[in-house]
Amino acid sequence: MAVFIQQVINGLTLGSVYALIALGYTMVYGIIKLLNFAHGDIFMVGSFVGYYIIQNLNLGLFPTIILTMIVTGVIGVVIDQIAYKPLRNAPRLSVLITAIGVSYLLQNGMTAIVGPETKSFLSAFEQTPGFVNQSVSLGGISISMMQIILLSTTIILMILLQFVVQKTKMGKAMRAVSIDQEAAQLMGINANAVIAFTFLLGSMLAGAGGVMVGMYYNSMNPLMGAGYGTKAFVAAVIGGIGLIPGAVLGGYLIGMVEVMITAYGNSMIRDAVVYLILIIILLVKPAGLLGKNENEKV
Amino acid sequence: MLEIKDVSVRYGVIEAIKRVSFEVNEGEIVTLIGANGAGKTTILKTISGLLRSSNGSITFKGRNITKADARTIVKAGISHVPEGRHVFGGMSVKENLDMGAFLRKDSKAIEEDLDRIFRSFPVLKERLNQDAATLSGGEQQMLAMGRSLLSSPDLILLDEPSMGLAPLFIQEIFNIIEEVNKRGTTVLLVEQNANVALEIADRGYVFETGKIVAAGTGKELLASDEVQKAYLGG
Repeated sequence: MAVFIQQVINGLTLGSVYALIALGYTMVYGIIKLLNFAHGDIFMVGSFVGYYIIQNLNLGLFPTIILTMIVTGVIGVVIDQIAYKPLRNAPRLSVLITAIGVSYLLQNGMTAIVGPETKSFLSAFEQTPGFVNQSVSLGGISISMMQIILLSTTIILMILLQFVVQKTKMGKAMRAVSIDQEAAQLMGINANAVIAFTFLLGSMLAGAGGVMVGMYYNSMNPLMGAGYGTKAFVAAVIGGIGLIPGAVLGGYLIGMVEVMITAYGNSMIRDAVVYLILIIILLVKPAGLLGKNENEKV
Repeated sequence: MLEIKDVSVRYGVIEAIKRVSFEVNEGEIVTLIGANGAGKTTILKTISGLLRSSNGSITFKGRNITKADARTIVKAGISHVPEGRHVFGGMSVKENLDMGAFLRKDSKAIEEDLDRIFRSFPVLKERLNQDAATLSGGEQQMLAMGRSLLSSPDLILLDEPSMGLAPLFIQEIFNIIEEVNKRGTTVLLVEQNANVALEIADRGYVFETGKIVAAGTGKELLASDEVQKAYLGG
């Protein structure tokens, strides 16, 4: 039983990471119907930014997370303005291919800057307060401080996101643009500003995820975004792409499945099971778990 | 108040509007009638900045808005209720109304406008927290108009407000259009339901394949045999 609870906690931890990244995928898709393949790489950039902030600026954990979020948020907006904004009225395929290009740019750009080898947060960690490395034991269950931080930070960020999207003027404008861009323009909403804001939010969440993953798994490399990004994308699709609750549900589902398969099954088939679930869900409910299957309106 | 001069609009190689000129004076209800595809919706979209004209000029309250974007035009005092209503489904009635007041910061005046809109459309107050997508067609039209009026426009562009509505609702909507106009909002009304539109309109223009082929007061156009035969099924 203790082992099972331990695995549930591990699943929630991994699920939090997927959910944080999936949110960015789903929000951008919701608003401009773009599968932003560069999003996983923003997450990777977040990991490295956090690493260098800890190493060089010697800030505490939370200031590091916040500063990283600001940096990745700005990078996300810059990418939108330079790469995607000129293509707003272009065919969707052109934008998609551009996104793949941006993804390669970030991966190879980062490789050029920091080198291709996997880096460890450990050296940086020595300078941070000791509590980050501690863990809490309860009846055979061990929860590391980093897990607690990751889980609670994710939940706080999700609550904040929910507040921004549901209650603030910009959040309402975001929903209006995603529902009906032309009608939103007729309200005087500046669609481009709203889209930039969406990239800002999504990239900030991915940056927070990147920093915390770097610390938790203690390893990072310039190609890590592809792996996590693809899984998070699958999570967004399983939950219902374009739907914020769907991304969260999908993220935790995938995280839990991966951890359970590794613990009780065979880690070799972990990814196969994830994609099998994706295929089954796409067959049974193409719009995702929370998506409504829309019939073509006449 | 609004002057359209020699405006042409193209979709690719097709010229949907060909050098059209007309004007709307302050306080009037002006209607554009004509068959489907005559270019009525296109001209409204061009006025509100969703489409660009390839020729000519659009002037509003003495200011050239030919190249202005949609946001600037809303700010200048023109509000457009699009064809098919386009309420934000998935958002509540209240949130839809909030979007109408997106550019305004005078919360006190917004509250007053909201009260007035609830008096015109009591059903909106009853359904305030309901998802806009669950409203009936007539209620959605009221929401679309209420939302638009919350931008406090001097000129409101109405595109086919009667489309798909039951006769009882049509009468109600047109009563409200007259009421809105009496309170000082100028109305530019596009309608297929030409008889009803001409009855409340001060003046009308008849569109045919991107051109204006007849103009006159509402009464004149209603009485004109030619117009009756061609567009009004009489």
